[in-house]
Amino acid sequence: MIEVKNLTKYYGSHKAVDNISFSIKDGTVCGFLGPNGAGKSTTMNIMTGCLSATEGSVTISGFDIFDHPIEAKRMIGYLPEQPPLYYEETPREYLRFVAEAKKIPGGKIWDEIERVMKETQITEVADRLIKNLSKGYKQRVGIAQTLLGSPKVIILDEPTVGLDPIQVVEIRDLIKSLGRKHTVILSSHILSEVQNMCDEILIISKGKLIAYDTAENLEKMFLPRSAIEMLTDAGKEEAEAVLAAIEGIDEVKYSREENGLLKIRIETVPDKVPDIMRVLSLRFAEVKRAVLKMDIAKANLEEIFIELTNSDEPDKNTAGSPEGPAGVISQEVLEEKAEEPEKEKPASDGEEEKE
Amino acid sequence: MTAVFKHELRLMFTGLTAYVYGAFTLIFIAVYMMYYNLTAGYANFEFALAGASFAFIITIPILTMRIIAEEKKQKTDQLLYSLPISTVQIVVGKFFAVVLAAVVPVLIAAAYPLVLSNYGNLYLPTSYGAMFGYVMTAAALIAMGIFISSITESQPMAAGICFAVMVVNYYMVTLAEYATSSAYGSLVALVVIEVIIAFLIRHMTRNDILAEGFGFAAAAVTIGLYFYHSEWFEGLFPEILKNLSVYERFYEFVDGIFDYTHVIYFISVIVFFLFLTVQSLEKRRYN
Repeated sequence: MIEVKNLTKYYGSHKAVDNISFSIKDGTVCGFLGPNGAGKSTTMNIMTGCLSATEGSVTISGFDIFDHPIEAKRMIGYLPEQPPLYYEETPREYLRFVAEAKKIPGGKIWDEIERVMKETQITEVADRLIKNLSKGYKQRVGIAQTLLGSPKVIILDEPTVGLDPIQVVEIRDLIKSLGRKHTVILSSHILSEVQNMCDEILIISKGKLIAYDTAENLEKMFLPRSAIEMLTDAGKEEAEAVLAAIEGIDEVKYSREENGLLKIRIETVPDKVPDIMRVLSLRFAEVKRAVLKMDIAKANLEEIFIELTNSDEPDKNTAGSPEGPAGVISQEVLEEKAEEPEKEKPASDGEEEKE
Repeated sequence: MTAVFKHELRLMFTGLTAYVYGAFTLIFIAVYMMYYNLTAGYANFEFALAGASFAFIITIPILTMRIIAEEKKQKTDQLLYSLPISTVQIVVGKFFAVVLAAVVPVLIAAAYPLVLSNYGNLYLPTSYGAMFGYVMTAAALIAMGIFISSITESQPMAAGICFAVMVVNYYMVTLAEYATSSAYGSLVALVVIEVIIAFLIRHMTRNDILAEGFGFAAAAVTIGLYFYHSEWFEGLFPEILKNLSVYERFYEFVDGIFDYTHVIYFISVIVFFLFLTVQSLEKRRYN
């Protein structure tokens, strides 16, 4: 259990962290999300005792980080943004130092080092100098260091920054596996990453905590209604006629795609989505119009994030979902359509037609 | 503390630092031993040590420049802060590791008086007393070097400042003789030093009120005392320099005087600079 209360940090006159309070239950993977310079690293540095706070308190499993730093720090494994490695050492030597500093009993040190090296898959580079390792391995050595002594809480500051896509996937899998045994707190400015790895998300912007909830709840909170997005080769009037006959539609928005297809966004309540989708495809087929794509538009965290962090911009759901796949084939369809609007086209009776 | 101690020792002995230091120290001791004992024929090994103490100007910066500056630069200090060890343990562990690295070449040199005593009438207690003084001097200078290393992120900068401080230390007594001994001269020198200390306080604490308060108060007291009783200031500055000099105490050991107050002086210097180092590291948390 980690409790942060009214945490405030000033750098000179600059307020880096502004009265943040939250608590994290044991066994959760929690993500700090926020743009660069939002105060994520500062908050983490304070939580791990690397930095003092101007005001507020941090309690790790009942130990206050300022009043009982040694006991509290024993509960934590921390990987700062830049992995704190001694480049002239091998991972094995480095881990030995950290293990000794963490007061792991002499007899168990080597077993413990073997265990964390296996867990982070660095055994094969254990005797090479750290300075010669790739960035991904350096990051792993940094993570291995946090695992020594099996602390309750693992805090990772931007663990995937600067890694190549394969390494990113590997490190993410590693972190996910850590989530089974430890409370993991990680920070990132990449939404998909946090969405993918974390149970709970804390959104921080300009030093303030703006949202703290599970990923699903955050999505739900900002999307009380669901929307269906579809692409069709029908004209607007045709589509309006079709839609008029369908029940349960609250709001419809039409827009023209670049390729000339009609994009329709239909807002409704979540329960009715499957029915409406079924009926839509059948009705369009009846009037011999193709439905080229149909999807449920979920608000993704991206939208929520942008919305929360730019509080000056009030309108929401601005980001449209990118419609890639229809692009290539539809150019042809578009031309056909422009010449002969009434031309009959073979449309299948299936739910969705794909070419 | 032992973890930091062992780690620091390992770093010094896997790198070049300890060896470069050892080589320099042994070369200097050997050169001066050749000069005083073998060529000039003095039966005093302590003279060789006194001469070799000049090498501290070069060797102490080599030994201490990396100690904390490099941790800051590589951001490994964040690891130290987040480990369950206190800042005092970190600093003391590092200090003892460096001192041990400095003691190793002296242990080798410890055989020299025994060898020399085969060929002449060497008084061993003064030799080993001076050797003890040599190690204490090194320890005091190392504490200064570690502190200097803690105020910067750059190793060359740490080495440069440390070199300057070592030179001042070494020539302090000589400088003291040249320094003005008039009362007015002492007053000016003291006020200048107080202003420098005030700037240092400001740099370290970023607290203008504290720095200015200290500066003005100290200068006011000094000037007040000068007007109250200017005779006190006659020759005061050279006297202060002499009393502060680390080397001056060492030379007393060389002269065959084993004075416990000198040992306490060395320990005080060490504790004072290690305390400053701890403050300097703590300051990073409170910036």
